[in-house]
Amino acid sequence: MSDPKRISEPPPPPSRRSFLRTGLALGGAVGSGALAGRAAAADAKNLPPNVPEWSQTLGDGVVSRPYGRPSKFEADVIRRDVEWLTASRQSSVSFTPLHQLEGIITPNGLGFERHHGGIAEIDPAEHRLMIHGLVEKPLMLTLEDVKRFPRVNRIAFLECAANSGMEWKGAQLNGCQFTHGMVHCVMYTGVPLKVLLEEAGLKTNATWLLPEGADAAAMTRSVPMEKALDDAIVAYAMNGEALYPEHGYPLRLVLPGWQGNMWVKWLRRIKVGDEPWHTREETSKYTALLPDGRARRFTWVMDAKSVITNPSPQAPMRQKGFTVLSGLAWSGRGKIRSVDVSLDGGRNWRAARLDGPVLDKALTRFYYEFDWNGDELLLQSRAVDETGYVQPTKAALRQHRGLNSIYHNNGIQTWHVLPSGEIENVEVA
Amino acid sequence: MSRSRNGTLAALAVLFLTTAAAGAERLNIGRAATPEEIKGWDIDVRPDGKGLPVGKGTAALGETIFQERCASCHGEFGEGAGRWPELAGGAGTLKSDNPVKTVGSYWPYVTTVFDFVHRAMPFGAAQTLTPDETYSLTAYLLYLNDILKDQDFEVNEKNLATIRLPNEKNFFMDDRETAEKEFWTAKPCMKDCLPEAATITGRARILDVTPEKASEAAKQSPPVQ
Repeated sequence: MSDPKRISEPPPPPSRRSFLRTGLALGGAVGSGALAGRAAAADAKNLPPNVPEWSQTLGDGVVSRPYGRPSKFEADVIRRDVEWLTASRQSSVSFTPLHQLEGIITPNGLGFERHHGGIAEIDPAEHRLMIHGLVEKPLMLTLEDVKRFPRVNRIAFLECAANSGMEWKGAQLNGCQFTHGMVHCVMYTGVPLKVLLEEAGLKTNATWLLPEGADAAAMTRSVPMEKALDDAIVAYAMNGEALYPEHGYPLRLVLPGWQGNMWVKWLRRIKVGDEPWHTREETSKYTALLPDGRARRFTWVMDAKSVITNPSPQAPMRQKGFTVLSGLAWSGRGKIRSVDVSLDGGRNWRAARLDGPVLDKALTRFYYEFDWNGDELLLQSRAVDETGYVQPTKAALRQHRGLNSIYHNNGIQTWHVLPSGEIENVEVA
Repeated sequence: MSRSRNGTLAALAVLFLTTAAAGAERLNIGRAATPEEIKGWDIDVRPDGKGLPVGKGTAALGETIFQERCASCHGEFGEGAGRWPELAGGAGTLKSDNPVKTVGSYWPYVTTVFDFVHRAMPFGAAQTLTPDETYSLTAYLLYLNDILKDQDFEVNEKNLATIRLPNEKNFFMDDRETAEKEFWTAKPCMKDCLPEAATITGRARILDVTPEKASEAAKQSPPVQ
């Protein structure tokens, strides 16, 4: 277990070497090997029949933490990055610790980040949203103005189209934080984009929008009007509080079910037009290069996907016997209909149990309980959404798209459980 | 200033209109953006040239600016440096195992180069290049990619959009719902879905690039940009 004060230096995720050397595992102290149990680090003086110090002396009073934070013993529950992935942290990504979260809502401080020019720190008094182009009345709105419009609340997942992109050519990273952590799910509060567009008054030939960010990358993506008038939101709050700067404070675009790159953060401008713009982010990037040299563009919808978050490489098995397997499923096309789990690498499947709310275009939690006898396992999950789309195998995806399409890897993930409890990211046939 | 109950209901009714009703009842929030305000922020450019600012440049002029402002990341000839992207080369690689996607080999439209450089480059000094500098840099990138042969050819707001890139024809609209229709399966297999026991064909540990243990091998992987 790391010294809780050293938040800036988290413990490394488990590797074969660290397992064998120290028995280290994230999220709790263990003895030698994942199965050694958790009691090794406990001080006997704080355990029954003794009375621990915290039962005898007063703790901190109210407002000693005016803005609350997790227990110091949870210091390793943080976003992490993969340093070799990008040239600079200002144009990079960090990953949600999916293996350390429960339910379907991601805490604001743990939702993955993706920036193209660093985090813009914007004084809300100096932020403006301009709506112009093919409209009757070009609008200039302050944040206060935006908050005066009728409001909606919507829980939605946000997944980067490059989530699992490092796995296209083969198993590469040991941990669902790194293989699947470019996704989060929060409740947004904001104005339906439709309401703002109606305030400006759309001209009859208005068919496309160009949202633009106020950051040093001035992100732009072309959005078809149909989506804008359907369920798009200009949001200013997530999980009940103002957006965090890394998620676009004070305003961001929300496009439920669509790739995260289009959810423009630090939203400063919406231009209304009659053709797509073919910006850098929808040509050079976020297009799928296929084996025949052609490239698929405007791949907006995120296909159905799932991953087992526990157990997983960063969250190894600790005990034989009764085991709760837990994971997340989501689809950009609607609700999750069902999730199946395999313990034998996809040969046989059993229905998992969906628990908690099953919402349109939101993360959905599933569980599968079983008795582990200590044998090797090949764990997989397979999501089916309400359109009947079945999460494909990685082999099926590669058959269609080759190895160089980078984005939209929603293939079935396999975790190899060893008798030691250690878990590795593998591929099977 | 509070709105009347009926006014609020009218506003909510607006939410449920199924079409974009031009002239739907306005809530009269905010104010009109002035032409001057719009001009300052209206920087986007389309493939048909709409949005290009008045200006001109040449590859020869662009080379000087590029070496000063861009080469430290993108290399003297757009070949890239470290993890920063290459901007030239890659012709004929798109069907290979290691496709190199550059302005010349992959990008469909010249206007995207102008738009992106003007809005986001140099990295960390966005929106500092003048239109003329941006025209020159765009011309230089076209020259590096053998799209422009004459380093003194003047590109400007009138002719830039007429220059076509070789890969334009190879982009097509998302067709996953037809091309991948087999993924919609009425009854997913539940039993004996593999002819025999699953065998492991790949392991993350072979690559061993999980953070804290990044290896040189990882540097060969395509970066997320």
